[in-house]
Amino acid sequence: MDKIVNDFSIRVATVNGTGSQSSNNILFKTLFRMGIGACGKNMFPSNIQGLPTWFQIRVSPEGYQALRENDDIAVLMNAQTAHEDIDSMRPGTTILYNSDIIKFEDKEIKDGMNVYALPVETLSRKISNPKLMRLLKNLFYVGAVAVLYGLDLEILEGVIRDTFKSKQKAIDANLEALHIGIDYAKENFEKKDPYWFEKANCSENKIVMEGNSAAALGALYGGCTVLAWYPITPSSSLAEALIAYAKKYRVDENGKMKFADVQAEDELASAGMVLGAGWAGARSMTTTSGPGISLMSEFIGLAYYAEIPSVFIDVQRVGPSTGLPTRTQQCDIMLCATASHGDTKHILLLPSNIQECVDLTAESFNLAERFQTPIFVVTDLDLGMNNWVADDLKYKAPKYDRGKVLTKEDLEKNSDWGRYLDKDGDGVCYRTLPGTNHPKAAYFTRGSGHDEYARYTESPHAYIRNVDRLNKKFQTARKAVPKPILRGENSAKLGIIAYGTTDHAMQETLDRLQDKNVKYLRLLSYPFGQEVHDFVKSCDRVVVVEQNRDAQMRQLLELDIRGQQDKLHSILYYGGFSISPDFIERELKEKFLN
Amino acid sequence: MSTNTQNLTKADYAGKPSTLCKGCGHDSITNAIIQAYFELGVNPTQVIKLSGIGCSSKTPTYFMEKGHGFNSVHGRMPSVATGANVANYRLPTIGVSGDGDTGSIGLGQYMHAARRNVDMVYIIENNGTYGLTKGQFSATADLGSPAKRGTPNPFPCIDCCAVAIDAGATFVARSFSGDRKQLISLIKAAYSHRGLAVLDVVSPCVTFNNHEGSTKSYDWVKEHDIPLQELQYVPEKEEIEVEMKEGDVRTIELHDGSHLTLRKLGKEHDPSDRASALKLIHDGVDNKELVTGLLYYNPEMPDHNGILNLSPTPLVEFGEKDLDPGPEVIKKLNASMK
Repeated sequence: MDKIVNDFSIRVATVNGTGSQSSNNILFKTLFRMGIGACGKNMFPSNIQGLPTWFQIRVSPEGYQALRENDDIAVLMNAQTAHEDIDSMRPGTTILYNSDIIKFEDKEIKDGMNVYALPVETLSRKISNPKLMRLLKNLFYVGAVAVLYGLDLEILEGVIRDTFKSKQKAIDANLEALHIGIDYAKENFEKKDPYWFEKANCSENKIVMEGNSAAALGALYGGCTVLAWYPITPSSSLAEALIAYAKKYRVDENGKMKFADVQAEDELASAGMVLGAGWAGARSMTTTSGPGISLMSEFIGLAYYAEIPSVFIDVQRVGPSTGLPTRTQQCDIMLCATASHGDTKHILLLPSNIQECVDLTAESFNLAERFQTPIFVVTDLDLGMNNWVADDLKYKAPKYDRGKVLTKEDLEKNSDWGRYLDKDGDGVCYRTLPGTNHPKAAYFTRGSGHDEYARYTESPHAYIRNVDRLNKKFQTARKAVPKPILRGENSAKLGIIAYGTTDHAMQETLDRLQDKNVKYLRLLSYPFGQEVHDFVKSCDRVVVVEQNRDAQMRQLLELDIRGQQDKLHSILYYGGFSISPDFIERELKEKFLN
Repeated sequence: MSTNTQNLTKADYAGKPSTLCKGCGHDSITNAIIQAYFELGVNPTQVIKLSGIGCSSKTPTYFMEKGHGFNSVHGRMPSVATGANVANYRLPTIGVSGDGDTGSIGLGQYMHAARRNVDMVYIIENNGTYGLTKGQFSATADLGSPAKRGTPNPFPCIDCCAVAIDAGATFVARSFSGDRKQLISLIKAAYSHRGLAVLDVVSPCVTFNNHEGSTKSYDWVKEHDIPLQELQYVPEKEEIEVEMKEGDVRTIELHDGSHLTLRKLGKEHDPSDRASALKLIHDGVDNKELVTGLLYYNPEMPDHNGILNLSPTPLVEFGEKDLDPGPEVIKKLNASMK
């Protein structure tokens, strides 16, 4: 049998709260350190202990960061899901399972399946500290996988040591459990399947990082000094990462904080705090998910209308309502683009990878102050909570764009200042910060109708002038937001548009379709710049690939690209897992490339 | 014209003309704020004044026009004030709210601002009714108090002072818009307190809730007002001279070095005793008495910014060179993620 090296997928099915996440991470990190191009994703429940969870690892020579639809190896440690899991595996695949708690009937074993029985409960009696038995027995499958597929033991043990750092007892206990698994596999398993791990060089100048940590780092480098938030999956770890960074890097010489972290009583309050701080002149943000944006919408409208710099990070999860809180989608595009009542529209930034989580989050604070408006950094659970193999982070010396702020000295020179007076004709007005020590500095911020001098008014003329100017500001932003990225030949007549995490599956799909004349535009922001309009104009057909039911980005495009709506088509996946290149390729071939 | 320590006249503390109904209690409170801040010698350009929605929330336009104002959304002033205060704690923060804004839609934010001990003066202009929407009961209307058309309120009232004490506010007082002297002393003391200072000021609504029988009417309040203490605010550098008449005098030192002297008028009350402050409030409700004065005072609790251990330099003053962690941190992080 020909060996299949570093090009297959493994699914590990476990019960959550049993320490399986730590075993999975050890396995993943070992592959990374062996230089194998690995992608790992967690499918977990909204629960702390006792429900099914899956970890999928896909290795490829290219280091693709998207999952395939089918797995080649299933590690089945959860009796609750074992029968469904094996049912979803194809003939010829490999099953490694806990034979003490799972019994398969003969008919469940498909043709050519290689089945390895691992008596986990029996083996767990060998663990010297019985208190840790429940947490440690997941190391057995790591040991068995190491033997069956050739993990480098030195690297594997090194990962375990690094995982538990200075806790020698934990290191010893984990190593003991690992070797129980290794010894059993060596003695009892006969290698029958073709899959092998071999050292490679895909990890050079690479790191493993979660998008939420990366976005937190972007906030740190972007000059955020106020974080107001309310815990919600999948954004909580972003707030927690930022707080951890701040505790390290935002402390003055006397141990005082140059950063305020306020865990609010709800999302409404966190939005209010962000506005208060932004109004006062601090770079402030919140992080939340769709349900939080719904709750914050009243304040978002106020920030839009009263023109208060503010940053909202939405780590999207599956809606509507509570939806599937631990699954991924791109379903808040319309929500974020138009949040709040009345005529409102907002700037969105759409990172798709680790470096963009850093860069676009940092940039969001510049845009917020420059345009004096809420900015949405829209990521998703897949990007935020999974471990991504990414290029080493690059340092960019921060340059804060504080926008149009008048100081006391400016006010002395400036005879006619009005908070909402469009002096430059770009829709962006000058503001003063509270506490500016000048008798003309103050103005009254309000969500009610106001004129150029921030005075209350119900005049239709003043109202129309104001909201039209807000529209002009939005048009100005088209030229200032990050530009889309084009791949492919300009002459192609079939265009694809995608954004965010869909990009990873999209890039792989395009690699597979190299003989086809297709071009691809990846959006990094909303409102759309001229490049997006030109792209659509240059195509006969444009397929918008996204992860929601209602083709939300396509709807925004349709609003923008008058007269060319008929060109726009969709490929939509919204099951809650990350979109796969297999799905996109199949859809493209069936519907657009035949 | 007399000037204060800032060399400013009282006119420098004025705002736009009020558009509230003639005789509204809120206008008396506005005037008391102007008088108090003028006498305190606060630089009005440094003041930030925030509000929610409702008649009371319109009032920040009527005082200290030289200060930045923020009329936010209904019931959410506390969170906006909290954000502004962490961003720049040097700006004296005054929030004006109403009984609907604080006691109904904003009850949660109010309690959490109290719990955090946000450093601000929080004035509730309490008239027991929704004026701007024409006379519905609010959550602070007393049980049985009739609406203008006679229907008695079937629900017990939420007492904003009791709620504040329970939630952790460190300065809680009640007053009456018609008692200018008491109100001005309390506003000054609230200003000098570092932490959340609640002033629940009963302020009759002349249009919708000033009829006979209403427990928020001028007549009822004048008749049932039981001031606990005669109050005298003594600025930092002045000597305390209390005209010692009969009765006990207590002196409280406030955080900025000023003092508040309290001369007992009727009931015995120790404002540092939380439990007896609550009992006093609840007994007042039961006995149909409006107990006014300083109800509770706790100088020990750090304010929100103290709890957050914030730098003495306001956060708004930091720029790139103070905040950029630099390239080395990125290098270290890269190395830690291998």
